Order: sequence, then C-alpha cells, then structure tokens
Amino acid sequence: MLKFILSKLLYLIPTVFGITLVAFGFIRLLPGDPVLLMAGERGVSPERYAEITAQLGYDKPIWQQYLQYLNQLAHGDLGNSLVTKKPVLAEFLTLFPATVELGLVAILIATLIGVPVGVLAAIKRGSWFDQISMTGALVGFSMPIFWWGLLLIILFSGILGWTPVSGRISLMYFFPPVTGFMLIDSLLSGQDGAFMSALSHLILPSIVLATIPLAVIARQTRSAMLEVMGEDYVRTARAKGLSPSRVIGVHALRNAMIPVITTIGLQVGVLLAGAILTETIFSWPGIGKWMIDSISRRDYPVVQSGLLLIAGIVMIVNLLVDLTYGLINPRIRHK
Amino acid sequence: MSIFSTRFLAASALALMAAAPLHAKTFVYCSEGSPEGFDPAPYTSGTTFDASGHAVYNRLVQFKPGTTEIEPALAESWEVSEDGLEYTFHLRKGVKFHSNEKFTPSRDFNADDVIFTFNRQANADDPWHQYIAGITYEYYSSMEMDKLIKSIEKVDDNTVKFVLNHPEAPFLANIAMPFVAVVSKEYADALDKAGTKEDLNNAPIGTGPFKFVAYQKDAVIRYQKNADYWGTAPKIDDLVFAITPDASVRLQKLKAGECHLMPYPAPADLADIKADPNLKVDEQPGLNVGYLAYNTTVAPFDKPEVRKALNMALDKKALIEAVYQGNAEVAKNPIPPTMWSYNSAIEDDAFDPEAAKKMLEEAGVKDLSMEIWAMPVQRPYMPNARRAAELMQSDLAKVGVKVEIVSYEWGEYLKKSMEAGRKGAVILGWTGDNGDPDNFLSVLLSCASAEPGGANRAFWCNKEFSDIIAKAKATSNHDERVKLYEEAQVIFKKEAPWATLAHSTQYVPMAKNVTGFVQSPLGDYTFDTVDLTE
Repeated sequence: MLKFILSKLLYLIPTVFGITLVAFGFIRLLPGDPVLLMAGERGVSPERYAEITAQLGYDKPIWQQYLQYLNQLAHGDLGNSLVTKKPVLAEFLTLFPATVELGLVAILIATLIGVPVGVLAAIKRGSWFDQISMTGALVGFSMPIFWWGLLLIILFSGILGWTPVSGRISLMYFFPPVTGFMLIDSLLSGQDGAFMSALSHLILPSIVLATIPLAVIARQTRSAMLEVMGEDYVRTARAKGLSPSRVIGVHALRNAMIPVITTIGLQVGVLLAGAILTETIFSWPGIGKWMIDSISRRDYPVVQSGLLLIAGIVMIVNLLVDLTYGLINPRIRHK
Repeated sequence: MSIFSTRFLAASALALMAAAPLHAKTFVYCSEGSPEGFDPAPYTSGTTFDASGHAVYNRLVQFKPGTTEIEPALAESWEVSEDGLEYTFHLRKGVKFHSNEKFTPSRDFNADDVIFTFNRQANADDPWHQYIAGITYEYYSSMEMDKLIKSIEKVDDNTVKFVLNHPEAPFLANIAMPFVAVVSKEYADALDKAGTKEDLNNAPIGTGPFKFVAYQKDAVIRYQKNADYWGTAPKIDDLVFAITPDASVRLQKLKAGECHLMPYPAPADLADIKADPNLKVDEQPGLNVGYLAYNTTVAPFDKPEVRKALNMALDKKALIEAVYQGNAEVAKNPIPPTMWSYNSAIEDDAFDPEAAKKMLEEAGVKDLSMEIWAMPVQRPYMPNARRAAELMQSDLAKVGVKVEIVSYEWGEYLKKSMEAGRKGAVILGWTGDNGDPDNFLSVLLSCASAEPGGANRAFWCNKEFSDIIAKAKATSNHDERVKLYEEAQVIFKKEAPWATLAHSTQYVPMAKNVTGFVQSPLGDYTFDTVDLTE
C-alpha cells in the first residue's frame, strides 16, 4: 500500500510544475494589465506606468518573471495581492474554510440524494420514478446556476421568507473566527441561536451548488448499477437465492461504486467552478468569488498562486479517491 | 498545551469580550464590494473610500453634506496668501483619535499628523512611503499633488502652512478628498515599534464618526459610533457593511429587512422598488457625464461641422429611454448641471437627421464609414454601452453613415482608445472626484491630457479652450472662475469634440424607517447623519 501511495505521490511532482506554468501563463495571456485597470478612465502617464511596472517587476522578460516566481515558491512565498497588498496565502486561508464548508455540505447533499436515486432508478428501470428522476437530472445538469440561485432567493427568501437572502450568519451574531467553519464556530461561540442561523444560511447556497453534482452522480450511479446488474456474478448471486437487497446492496452496489466514487471525486473540480457563481450570488466569502474578482482585476499574484493552491487541493482529493479505489478493490492496489 | 488549544482559548476569550449584545440601533448597509484596504491613501475606488476614508477618518476640509461646497473639518479655518501660493490652516483643538485594544492615543490630533499624512505619500524616502511592498499613492500623483505642493511647514502644534509651486484654485477641493484623510502619527509610531506597520491598513485609527471594529474579508465590516466625535455624534450605535456584490441580491436583502440601505440598484429594478410600500428611494442627478469622443485628429472628424452633423443625427432622448431606462437627462455640456459654472444658456444641437445629412454633404463627406467603440463594462454614467452603440449605429445609418461596433477587454479598451491615430469614436464617461469643474475640463479636454497617459480621448487640443481653463485653475476669485468656465463651455459646444450623451441619475433605495441620509453628489455613502425610526 505504501509503495502504491508513493508512486502516486511521485506523479504529483511534474503535475505541480506544469500547473505553475499554466497558472502563470494563463493570466498573462488575457489581454489587459493590472496597472491600466487600476488607473481606470483617468489613464496613467507613460512614465508613471513604467515606474509602477518596474516596481512590480513586470518590465522584465517573461521567462525571468517565471523563474523569479518559481524561486519565490521554493522559498514558500506565494506573493502578495496587487490590490489588497496582503499575502496570497493569508487571504486564501481566511476564505478557504467558507468554500470548504459550502462544498462539503453540497457534496453531502449530492451524494446522499444522488446515489439512492440512481440505485432506485436502475432497479426500477423504465418506471415513472426512473423517467422523472432522470429527466430531473438532465434539467439539473443544464441549470444556469446564477439564474437558479436568484430564483430560489426570490421564492424562499423574498416571497416565503423561509431562508435568509445571503451571507453566512445573521449580523446579530458576532464572534471572531476560530476554525473558519461557521457551523463549528457558531457552536463554539456559545451564543443562542447562532448555529441555527449559520445552518439556515447554508441551505440555499448548498442546494444551488449541489444541483449539478447531484444530477451527475444520480445519472452515473444509475448507469453503473445497470451495467453491474447485467454481470454474471450478479446473476449467480441471484441464482444462489440471495435476497434481492443483499444482491443489490453487497454484490452490485459495491462494484458499481467504483465509477461513482470517481465521479464524486471529479465533482470537486465542478464544485470549485460552481462555487464561483454560487459565492457571488450568495455573498459567500470564499475562494470562488476571490478568484473571479482577482481575474477581472488581473491581480497576477493572486490568480497564479490561488490557482496553484486550488489545483493542489484538487490533486490531493483525486489522490485520496485513487487510494479509496485501492480500499474498495484490491485488484487496483496490487496492479 | 497544544497550539490549537492555546489559540482556541485566546479566541474564546476574545469571543466573550466581543459577544456583548449589539446596541439598540444597528444600521446595516448592503455595500457593493469589498474594500481594498483601510488605509485611504493608496486606493482609488469609491467602495474603499466609503469603508475607510468617510467612516473612520476626516480631512482638513470636507464637502458640506449633499453638496460639493467646502466647509471646515479638522481645520477650523484657513487663510490664503495674496499670490495664492500659501495656505495656512488653523487646526481644530481637542480632536481625539480612536483607540483599539492595542493602541490608546496619548495626545490630541495636531500638526504632526497632518504633515505625516502628506509626507508619507509625497516623499519616496519617507519610511512610511513603502510600508507595504508594492504600495503606490495613485490619487496623490494623479491629482498632481506631487507637482503642486512645494513644502508643508509646522508653524506650531495647531497651525500648518502649505506652500504651493503655483496658484491652484481646486487645491481645497483636492484635499477634501479621502486620499488625504488624516492619519495618526502617534499610531504609526506605535505600529513601527511593534513591528506591525501593515496594521495601518488593517486596523485603522482615525478621528471620524465611526470607530473600526472588525472586518471579515468579503463578508462584513463592523463599526461603532465614536462617542468622542468632534462633530455631531452619529445617531446610530453600530454601523455594519454587509458586502453584497450582486444588485438583485442587494435588493432582496433590502426587501427582507436584512439591510437598511443599498447603493447602485439595477436600472431594471427601479420600478419595482418604487412600488414597494416598505421602501423609499432617494434620487439625485449624478455628477457624471457619458459621452462619445471623436478622434478630432483624423479626417473627416477633424472638421467641427462633420462632428456637429453626426451629433445632430443622434436621438439622445431615445438613447436615454433605452440605455438608462429613462433615469438620466440629456447632456449638452461636458459638465453636469449640478456643478457650479454649468452654462445653462447653451443650446443643444437639435436632433435633425435631415439637416445632419445636408451638413455632411456640404462638408463633402460621402459614404462615410466609421467605428464606434462600446466599452465592455457597466458604469453609472453608461449602463449599457453595447446597446447605446447599436442605437447610434441605426441613427447614423439614417444619414448615410455606416457604423461598425467594436469592443475590447476593459484594460485594452482604455489603452487602445488613447493610442494616437485611433480609428473611430469612443463611448466613455466620467464621474467627478471633487466637484470642481477643472476635474472634468482639464482631465478630459485640455491639450495636456491629449498626450499619452491623459484622458482626452477626442485628442482635442484647442488652444483658446485650454488657456481659458488654465487661467480659471490659477484664479482664486470664484466669480471670475465661473465666467471663464462658462466661456469654455461655449467653445466646447461650437467645436463639438464629443457627442455629449447623458448625465445619469443616482438612486439610493432604503427602508421606510431610515431618516437623515444625505446623498452625496460625488457618490459617497456616509452614515454619520442617518437614524432609524421605529
């Protein structure tokens, strides 16, 4: 197992290197530059422009800037934001827990609903339940997140008044962050009602963020189940006279879970992409909104190091998914 | 004890201290974005000024609420020398800086603070000039304070003398702006000693109506009323900025009672807001202008009669309906009507496609095709440039001019539109910084600003016009300035370097129980006068 983990870790090194190159290049390929955007309609004199770009080191050849960036990274320095002048890592650490909290709840919703729906749809293939849930999944998959979020806000917060409109907790509650996870911090604060307030603020954004992964997981579970249920060993299990729940629960589901876990793992990337819109609409102070703001301001250090951090996390999650296969399926481990 | 549990204990102790219940009156403002920082000097966005410069700080002089007139603030009075080169400010006595858990001021505000505020921006070798790596003072240099101020002298603890290189009438308006909000020298020294210089940007200490309490990035800013405020103390106890970037979500929050007031409603939502019985809307003409700038150095746009003819072909009323949803007024001058020296005697070019067609023929222009540049971003002065360009395209087609609409990414747009020899006319606009006509006319239309790095996108250099506004800038006699600017507007109209399009209206929706909010023509959001009734 250790050898398996090590070999996987070894693969990460060139990947990280590649990501630095892509992240560094990507934001510079976009037209527009941070100094001009900061100056706005007023403009900036050529002398002043040269002065600022020199101060930022952006007057050097691009390969030199890249090497300098790598050197910085090697020293554990991710750089400072051009806009706020604060260290990128510090900003990331402040905002990341909010995204994780939202993402975890969303993936939990997506899995807890998506897997059973997929299994049920597979078992009752062709039934009205199958038809409706799979149509629903198709609709969910193609849902424009921004519109969907606003619709839910207008309905549940505006007209019905059941949920708060946006934010992470009611402004009545004020306590310094301990873990950055509002659900935990609100419990730690010991203030009456804080936890419930945090929970109620999570409902709409996590539903919106869960929508696409839920649809994908449900469809993937259904097709994986259908495939497995046609296998010989399932027929054998049935022929042996095992109860249908044991056939499905133990023999079919366990094997069908491998592609489903891959899908859930891959949804982490989808979640981060969805977080950009979800966070913007729900005023959720996470890294999705932070990235989109930084891209539009061409805040080079934030974009390149922020992408690196996000990619690093996606890679770690994918590694964990790989390791989970090993646990579920010994054949992969021993290959 | 593990690191986690120490941190946890410290944090719980903090939590206990901070958990005191909110006071009776908490005012929640659904702000449109996150401040870049809390030091008002290095930043240029209005969002940052609302959160730092206006709430926490004061300037030597300030704009009288709701106007662009200058009134005393931290300076009680001032004298200007005959030649207009020396300004002597007499500072208010007994003004207290805020305190926080790490800092308690030992003295009142004095001349050292004023000198510190200016010098750290002016002198590259000041130890505070680069207190954070990469920091720059964009307003200080773009308002040309570096070229204007020769020296600042401390006459005594409560008197400061500014010596200028040349007389400049807008000087007072410039120093009423938030980038020169007065920062505590004593606080800076304390931070320096503690090795936490960056806290000047994170935990601001000012003299303003509200004390800074806490900022949770991209989420909430909290302030408390400054009970020792030298002016009229705020009527609310706590001020909270709930950062809500999306305009539709802001409105939902306002409707749900999650905040009391919001800026920048979506134009499409205004009818809905006005119909809501729980809300009210304050409206005021904005200090802005949206325009179409021709390149006056390229034929045939170098001829005033061609530009005028094109202007006459544009149906500005229809444009205001379609682009601004009617929430603007037709512009005839480069400065808005709320600005002093606005020349109301000027007559706008009539909308007359027939006459326009004839004028073009007389000017020898046939089969003209041109580009119109549509900016890719929304601004209060131009909510939908693409739509505006399309309307102009169809208007101009009626007089036989073929228009191609082009657009670029915003940074590129700003850059390319200032490149010499640019093809086509550019849609852009301006929002005033300080209420002085010079802030429009010099920045946007002088010969100097037609050079690279300027903002004169018509590349219009009219010596007579430039001389007049230069003279007005150097004159301190207000009546004479008014006359000169009125004259300048006549030349502008005759020469028509732009098609002046619109001055948009500012709307501030708020809950019915909000009283005392005074809208600023400069688009600032200040809360020292607001109150909540039951």
